[in-house]
Amino acid sequence: MTEVNMVGAINDALHNEMEDDEDVMVLGEDVAENEGVFRVTEGLLDKFGEKRVRDTPLAESGIVGVSIGLALYGMKPVAEIQFMGFMWPAVDQLSSHASRYRNRSLGQYNVPMVLRSPYGGGVKALEHHSESFESVLAHIPGLKVVIPSTPKDAKGLLISSIRDPDPVVFLEPKKLYRAFKQEIPDGSYTEEIGKANVVKEGEDITLVGWGAMIPKIVKAADHVADEGVSVEVIDLRTIYPYDEETVHESVRKTGRLIVVQEAPRTLGFASEIVARAVDKEMLSLKSPPLRATGFDVPFPLYKMEDWAIPDVDRIVKKIREAIEW
Amino acid sequence: MGVELDKPESPEIFRILDKDGELVNEEPDIDEDRLKEMYWWMFYARKADEKALKLQRQGRMGTFAPIEGQEAAQIGASMAMEDKDWLVPAFRELGAYLLRGIPLERNYEYFMGDVRGNKIPKGVNNFPIAVPVATQIPHAVGIAWGIKRNEDDGVVLCIFGDGATSEGDFHEGLNFGGVLNVPAVFFCQNNQWAISVPFEKQTASDTIAQKAHAYGFPGIYVDGNDVLAVHEATKTALERARNGEGPTLIEALTYRLSMHTTADDPTRYRTEEELKEWEEKDPLKRFRIYLSDKGIWTEDWQQELEKKAKEKIDEAVEAAESIEEHSVEEMFEHMFDELPKDLKEQMEYLKRSLEEKEIEEEKVEIKEGFP
Repeated sequence: MTEVNMVGAINDALHNEMEDDEDVMVLGEDVAENEGVFRVTEGLLDKFGEKRVRDTPLAESGIVGVSIGLALYGMKPVAEIQFMGFMWPAVDQLSSHASRYRNRSLGQYNVPMVLRSPYGGGVKALEHHSESFESVLAHIPGLKVVIPSTPKDAKGLLISSIRDPDPVVFLEPKKLYRAFKQEIPDGSYTEEIGKANVVKEGEDITLVGWGAMIPKIVKAADHVADEGVSVEVIDLRTIYPYDEETVHESVRKTGRLIVVQEAPRTLGFASEIVARAVDKEMLSLKSPPLRATGFDVPFPLYKMEDWAIPDVDRIVKKIREAIEW
Repeated sequence: MGVELDKPESPEIFRILDKDGELVNEEPDIDEDRLKEMYWWMFYARKADEKALKLQRQGRMGTFAPIEGQEAAQIGASMAMEDKDWLVPAFRELGAYLLRGIPLERNYEYFMGDVRGNKIPKGVNNFPIAVPVATQIPHAVGIAWGIKRNEDDGVVLCIFGDGATSEGDFHEGLNFGGVLNVPAVFFCQNNQWAISVPFEKQTASDTIAQKAHAYGFPGIYVDGNDVLAVHEATKTALERARNGEGPTLIEALTYRLSMHTTADDPTRYRTEEELKEWEEKDPLKRFRIYLSDKGIWTEDWQQELEKKAKEKIDEAVEAAESIEEHSVEEMFEHMFDELPKDLKEQMEYLKRSLEEKEIEEEKVEIKEGFP
């Protein structure tokens, strides 16, 4: 066991998989010589050389398009887009090709690639460096979207993502990169993609979230515990495939649901979670499922970023609204 | 000291046969069988394309992109490839597709709206058609990078049109290709029209070939209606790639004698005169004259080819039209290695809804043009 933060855990997963599998390659802007702008790829170039760890030209569509080619040829590229806000040019390659190749070739070709990207706000970053549009990616049929919230999950989920025979977008909440350390197992271990984690059991209300929202949800849960409200907290860990079972099982128990998401509200993944709960668990629900989300505005420059991201206060108020309904 | 403005030089066009089939350059050393093979594939591709147009007009095939006029570009290029090489196509490459070993019925199936047309026979190093313009170029670079990394045999030939050269993925792909020095040949079929937009509105560059210099590798400007020239040019470029000398950009200047797709009406945007001019530069015509002058092409042989092409095309139409119906599973089962639960649910729902269907809606009929 080693105590590491999320950056260390992701780095550990990369070292682990590159040692285990010759076909794993790392590519992206500043990932080799500079070891990543967040140092996530530390030590990789030294250990594995330029044949497997490569700085690329500054071109997001190119990075993903070339990764698709590598994957079609049997490599296992782990590409990095430096910030999610810059991923848009690559979304064409993700939606036109990475996500469709298996289906349109009837299983003849597959694209075993991972696209890593730091995402989300809360670190006083420059404009365009705080976006979270995981819902857009989850809307593209054929992509898996994985978002860890702890170092231990980050390592296990990244190893699973690299070993997955299909394309996985692996989003790293940069607010949590160095937020805390955790003991994680040395060597190989996997966490299942598509499996949510019940972080905290409770009786009165289910709170679902992912990424950097999880510590806020846990704080809100602690806060309302003093008011006698018992909250069950679910960390989704994967947006797609969505672990409906775990969420609905919890909703059947608590009868109340709140989904917390950092992204803008309209058509966010929270909307899908609420719709599914209404479709299937209507009779278990004691109050309308609610959402605590960002707003339908571009992610603001940092003086206003604390308003943009759901905070503990807004989450607590939503909990009270549901309980008192 | 005055500021000197850089003036990019446009390359000379490389040509072996002029439009009348006369040798205007050194004759390449290609044996008779191979010359005959070249002619056969060009002829077969044209006939298969003509048939597809008929099928489309009869409402038996959906929208497709005809290749008429571009046979020399496709056959010249793909014939220079070896089996171990990889072809990364766009969507107007029927000739190259056939020559590389994709059965014609696959192509017909695809344009009849059947995903099974995307299946590539085992051992054929081709990738499926890529419809979004230029998006396949970075893939070709990735595949070539994989080859280089693994020190495997084989090189990559990526085909795209003149419109593609305006796309970001063209720039990104070629830039990556140059930086990584991969064994890839970028082959542009410049048919001079991207639907209704002519070459001069596509780029202010004199040629596409000269764009190669900006990426740090050579370009070749070749008469795309001259199969011998295209073949020689591609052979040279593939050889460079094979020797680890990196990518080459080939611009094959050709002309789309037909429409962009069957939904397009080119009389809206180009002149009779222009079409006539290019009909005189027909790639099949000039190659036939050359072969005839050499005593290789004869009326009898032509009759044989007509018969053979007709038989193969009829068989392909028959196979494509008698393919068994899709199962609902085929729409879902290849989404992932393992089907997630919610997709299974969606699949079951569709099956049930088809079984229990009460209301039939009017079927859409295939017509000329877009509705």
